[in-house]
Amino acid sequence: MGNVPTELKYAKSHEWVKVDGGYATVGITDHAQHELTDIVFVELPTVGRVVKAGEACAVVESVKTASDIYTPVSGEIVKVNSDTTANPAVVNTDPYTAGWLVQIKLSDPSELGALMDAASYSVQIGAA
Amino acid sequence: MPVQYTSIMDEHLTVRSSAGIFDISHMGEVLVSGDRAADFLNTLFTNDIRKLEVGFGQYTLMCNLDGGVVDDLYAYRLEPSVYLLIINASRIDPDIDWLSKQLSSFGQGGQVQLTNVSDSMGAVAIQGPRVVDFIDQCFSGASESAEDAHVCQSSQSPGIKRPSQMVKNQIGQFDFRGTQVWVSRTGYTGEDGFEVVCDGRDIEAFWECVLQHGKPHGLKPAGLGARDTLRTEVCYPLYGHELNDQITPIEAGVGFFVALDKGEFNGRSRMASQKQGGTARKLIAFKLTEKGAPPRPGYPVWSVGPNPELIGEVCSGTQSPSLGIGIGMAFVATAHAKSQTAIQIEARGRKSAAIVVPKPIYRKPS
Repeated sequence: MGNVPTELKYAKSHEWVKVDGGYATVGITDHAQHELTDIVFVELPTVGRVVKAGEACAVVESVKTASDIYTPVSGEIVKVNSDTTANPAVVNTDPYTAGWLVQIKLSDPSELGALMDAASYSVQIGAA
Repeated sequence: MPVQYTSIMDEHLTVRSSAGIFDISHMGEVLVSGDRAADFLNTLFTNDIRKLEVGFGQYTLMCNLDGGVVDDLYAYRLEPSVYLLIINASRIDPDIDWLSKQLSSFGQGGQVQLTNVSDSMGAVAIQGPRVVDFIDQCFSGASESAEDAHVCQSSQSPGIKRPSQMVKNQIGQFDFRGTQVWVSRTGYTGEDGFEVVCDGRDIEAFWECVLQHGKPHGLKPAGLGARDTLRTEVCYPLYGHELNDQITPIEAGVGFFVALDKGEFNGRSRMASQKQGGTARKLIAFKLTEKGAPPRPGYPVWSVGPNPELIGEVCSGTQSPSLGIGIGMAFVATAHAKSQTAIQIEARGRKSAAIVVPKPIYRKPS
């Protein structure tokens, strides 16, 4: 179940990472949004916050529960997608493009090696 | 019952606009019978069971000697001396313990029998404004000429031939493929609807039958998640959230179901003094007045102003699917419990503005 684009990297905790130069864009996977169902609230970090890989950096809430979103990479938050706080449902409808959550200036690009490719993530979610 | 089949939002809105079916087989069922059953139950329950006619049920609460709630339940009078209690799943063991202990000190124990049939019974709730359009079809296994096939067997309600003829809180026995099942016009969603209790072996066939007749009317299966958001919107208490053995029905705002004038019953003196002298805390309903994190159980409640005070705690909360904003119920210091009082709900260190509102939070557009 779930769309897993091949050009992205994935964390076990169901975030995706798109790398562009020294920057990484982070969001949640199609599988994750499907499991959460209707997303009704998104809380984003402040720009300028420095985060470590594995740290909770955002909160996505469905009707039933609040879920922490963990950054898969370390660095400084340089942009957040305020469209998702204004219209949380975009994370459901468009998790890989319009529903991205944060952009991070990478402080340790070697961390990217620890992330999964689309094939491994598909195995993890039983979609392979 | 799963938390959700499709999504809580979808299932919730489906119940509000058409119909949903919930598997509530986890609920407990206890039969209490005997000549003195009513006298016995009236010393345990807050509502006046003597007001129940055969073929009707009432919401009631069972309290300990201090007035704390052991459980909230529905009591149905099936026959002149037979009562069916529908109790919370999580409370089956404590309830049976309490009922048994109370019965042994009741004196005429031999004249009252308690039977816990929770393990052998199944139950479903069918809720929503369209249910009345198809509920009768679920019992008309035979053609119209064989009308006896779905005649209510309850001799005390001779005029009732179909579930749709029952009024709120009425209960009757109807034929489903040759077995007798209990059908009541009750629910936990704030919508019109029915609850069906039958032998657990028949419940799956009954579920399928309701789905088949209800689907053309928009019926969908609904899970525990929607059950919780639906009841929260209409401010029905849930044991473990608004009620527990430290909270009295008066504090929890269900004093309407406490018949102080019926004579002695467990917890009466504390409830009577609270009704007269007031309580330190009260259960309130609230709505966020700004876009904020959905309220969740345990979130702190604050007063407003330059020096906000901690005034209470959220016991149920959610994003309201019907209203599109955060709602909930909370116990707060009585000084802050008046309708329209501005309060704040704290989520993860951030406070959102909210206002105390009358119950229910959601009212059906009329």
